[in-house]
Amino acid sequence: MEVKYLKQFLIILLISFIGEILKAVLPLPVPASIYGMVILFVCLLTGIIKLEAVQDVGKFLIEIMPVMFIPAGVGLMNSWGVLKPMLIPVSVVTVVVLVAVMAVTGSVSQFVIRRGNTRQEGESEK
Amino acid sequence: MNEFMQDSAFAGVTISLLTYFVGIHLKKRFKSGLLNPLLISIAVTIVVLLAANVDYETYNMGAKYLSWFLTPATVCLAIPLYEQFELLKKNWMAVMAGILSGVITNMVTVLALAVLLGLNHQEYVTLLPKSITTAIGMGVSEELGGYVTITVAVIVITGVLGNMTGELICKIFHIREPIAKGLALGTAAHAMGTTKAMEMGEIEGAMSSLSVAVAGVLTVVGASIFAGLF
Repeated sequence: MEVKYLKQFLIILLISFIGEILKAVLPLPVPASIYGMVILFVCLLTGIIKLEAVQDVGKFLIEIMPVMFIPAGVGLMNSWGVLKPMLIPVSVVTVVVLVAVMAVTGSVSQFVIRRGNTRQEGESEK
Repeated sequence: MNEFMQDSAFAGVTISLLTYFVGIHLKKRFKSGLLNPLLISIAVTIVVLLAANVDYETYNMGAKYLSWFLTPATVCLAIPLYEQFELLKKNWMAVMAGILSGVITNMVTVLALAVLLGLNHQEYVTLLPKSITTAIGMGVSEELGGYVTITVAVIVITGVLGNMTGELICKIFHIREPIAKGLALGTAAHAMGTTKAMEMGEIEGAMSSLSVAVAGVLTVVGASIFAGLF
């Protein structure tokens, strides 16, 4: 019997569970998922977990991830009451901050990348 | 029939997934970034639930199983990150500079708008963690004494909006490097932005995943400092 997918899912759930334990034990506002992400990353880097041991199920979960946000979005139907009195400031802040953060993050990192690239090219020409 | 709908554990989720697929089809057909499957699915599902007089709690009886997968799926974001590790090592300066500047921009812009729009302290701290992943943002808002339900709503709206407009905003600001695009999406629109980055490419997806974690943690520290400023 092929239990490849079951085994991969088990490893991923086990790491999620360890993340949950860390969240309960450590006094930081970090969710189980972020602890889990760091654990899996470190395990992959050190070779404790081989890429093939989680790859198929992992890629599947990432592929269907967008639909996992639908329930939270539909939950907005219950937020109308609390949002209504703050609607204008909330809308302005949401849009302006989104555009500003995206533009600054992208531009700053692109600037550093391109500066690094031109410097490297300069060195290789010498 | 209506009574059956009101108790069904599958009806709501089926409508959500169905409309998501219709959304994907529409997007392909008309090639418009504004036809966002996530937004279409959320909007149509809400309209159907309201029309059929089904409350969110009933819908969530089935839908919570979709949400349940979010933690294991987020854990798996470590996989693309691992696959792009060489690229990450080579560009770590750009990565850190990008995320840090984004987190600071978030704080400064929220502060400036709070002063400009005449918000009170509680409204201000409610909005401070708006760009980060829900689980961290909720904790920050609670810690600082904000309205947690509004924080969650704003985080979700930010995510949907970022998912919708991310490609367009990158184009407008001439952000063309895949690394920079991924960082921008993840830092500004958390995991919902990351799902868009995954569609754009492997490098974008990996960088966006990293930003969700790093920006989340930096915001915990940053928000506690900025909360004292206003």
